[in-house]
Amino acid sequence: MSKYEYVPEPALVKGDHDFASLTRLVTDINLRPTPKAWYLAMIAANGLLVLLLGSIGYLIWEGTGIWGLNNPVGWGWAIINFVWWVGIGHAGTLISAILFLFRQDWRTAINRFAEAMTIFAVMCALIFPGIHVGRIWAIYWVFPIPNQMQMWPNFNSPLLWDVFAVSTYFTVSLLFWYVGLVPDLATLRDRAVDKVRKFAYGLFSLGWTGSNRHWWNYEKSYMILAGLATPLVLSVHTIVSFDFAVSMIPGWHTTIFPPYFVAGAVFSGFAMVLTLMIICRKIYGMKDIMTDDHMEKMNIIILVTGSMVGFAYMMEFFIAWYSGVEYEKAIFIKRATGPYAWAYWTMMACNVLSPQFFWSKKLRTSVGFTFAISIVVNIGMWFERFVITVTSLANDYLPSSWDYYSPTLWDVLTYVGTFGLFFTMFLAFLRFLPMIALAEVKAVIPLADPHNYDEETGEYHAPKVEIPKPQVEKV
Amino acid sequence: MAQIFPKWTNQVPRKLLIGIIVVANALIFSIWYFFSPQYTDVGYAPTQPVPYSHKLHVDKLGLDCQYCHTSVFDSKQANIPPTQTCMNCHNQIKTDSEKLAPIRESWETGEPVEWVRVHNLADYAYFNHAAHVNVGVGCESCHGRVDKMEVVYQAEPLSMGWCLDCHREPEKFLRPVEEVTTMGYKAENQAELGAELVKKKNVSPPQYCQGCHY
Repeated sequence: MSKYEYVPEPALVKGDHDFASLTRLVTDINLRPTPKAWYLAMIAANGLLVLLLGSIGYLIWEGTGIWGLNNPVGWGWAIINFVWWVGIGHAGTLISAILFLFRQDWRTAINRFAEAMTIFAVMCALIFPGIHVGRIWAIYWVFPIPNQMQMWPNFNSPLLWDVFAVSTYFTVSLLFWYVGLVPDLATLRDRAVDKVRKFAYGLFSLGWTGSNRHWWNYEKSYMILAGLATPLVLSVHTIVSFDFAVSMIPGWHTTIFPPYFVAGAVFSGFAMVLTLMIICRKIYGMKDIMTDDHMEKMNIIILVTGSMVGFAYMMEFFIAWYSGVEYEKAIFIKRATGPYAWAYWTMMACNVLSPQFFWSKKLRTSVGFTFAISIVVNIGMWFERFVITVTSLANDYLPSSWDYYSPTLWDVLTYVGTFGLFFTMFLAFLRFLPMIALAEVKAVIPLADPHNYDEETGEYHAPKVEIPKPQVEKV
Repeated sequence: MAQIFPKWTNQVPRKLLIGIIVVANALIFSIWYFFSPQYTDVGYAPTQPVPYSHKLHVDKLGLDCQYCHTSVFDSKQANIPPTQTCMNCHNQIKTDSEKLAPIRESWETGEPVEWVRVHNLADYAYFNHAAHVNVGVGCESCHGRVDKMEVVYQAEPLSMGWCLDCHREPEKFLRPVEEVTTMGYKAENQAELGAELVKKKNVSPPQYCQGCHY
């Protein structure tokens, strides 16, 4: 016999939950009166949203010159934030699509949450390609629409691919999310008491009755969407990386970018999911469903992708040395020792070092530590995009066009403002939609197992069956 | 089970679908039609300070276009004639006409007449008249039958697509240079003549950006 002892998978749902208690746990949030704290959070988020709209308004009025961009560094915070937000969005699709394809049942606790985060993060991301152009009113020229100029976009530009990639990504994510929501909306419809909620949930649940036929089609379409979203998520961030990799700037023109950006996206996206999840499960009392085991599994993914990112950093350095190209060598020496060395070493510390702590089981199961690291990772990933974008542009071929880029207040306010948009949407989501994919969680608890026992451990779960008392017929 | 849709909602998806198709088509058509320069620009005929009639001067009196618009074969601008040109005749003809009062005033004060420009191209498009008339693009092809115009109006959309239509197939529109100012000119065999003129004048109209937008 093997010397290894079989350790059964930890239960996906802790506590003594049955179908009804799960339903109550998740949907009561949407049905009970709005808590005061929610209003406070919403007001704060709306304040930031107003800040975003104001800074965008001023930007359109005054021009992109209000940002700190200069002539060599034409891409600054706007592109950094764009890539950062798109990257954050990727974890949602990874959790709901890729983990679905791999039949990872632990995804059920977080997929709804992560998909919502994807959609709102992509919204924040989509703002930046829209506003960082000098003439926002001509932005519709990027769409291939027949027009009186007989002009078409140039399909050679990765910035145009961005348009298609990110808009497709947003649409597919939204559809995927919505398809998953339908059975849960029907649950809410059935539980809602007041007319408005009943109507709204009734409308959006599209007359779902949960029949066998419904479920059969639902599962198929969910799988097809997962199958479509998986190549999509890989290609979208690849295309975002092409914005850089297709150019001829030293530090940008690298073939490692597509997988490396995707790994970074998953890395930062999971960190963001963790940040939000740790707060939400505490506030909303979801620890039974979003368990510490989930957190640990996510930390392992952070460790894997963080190590991939670390490998990519080292590979870039190796290739710069190996290439023998002066410009390539110079840009990497400048990154580590030049005017932006502070940003580079922040990035290295946050992205390469910090996930390595997760080798320790004690640390990766610690909620407080995970929360701290999840924030550190997102800071680090912001700096990664900063380092890639700015350092490569600030010091390239001609020393006569070297310059130092520093952001203005408007760069900062716009970025801070996107959190307003994100949290406004996210809070609305928490309030009005079930934050956990209830139907899916119900399908993975032992009660749903038609054998009523765990095949591997042989542990028997008695089905709770109540035999109704025979009705006394009144004559 | 709570709210399942009432029976009448069976028709909703169908009606919604048809409605969306109708509205989407209406929207596309309206933008395509009402927002095009063909609709917004063609027919633009502002009131001029002097009710100058091209019909009278060209059609009835038989003036050639170049009598007034002298620089059209030499310059990128086809000039508006100065008051001097008007006064060549009108110092003796209709000297007391009420309609010509602004011309006489301009002549006395030296202030130019403020004509309203009808054919207005954006300043980032560099149109050159000489380059066109010297290879045989007739006045009429772009400005319409000016000899029939009591008041000048914009006859063609002047949109970029309209320009490109001709730049891609110039043989459909070219005429001998002697016929450039002829109004109502019609070649007997345009296809043959056009091809010949293109060859003779070595016409290769630019379809690249720098051709017009520098």
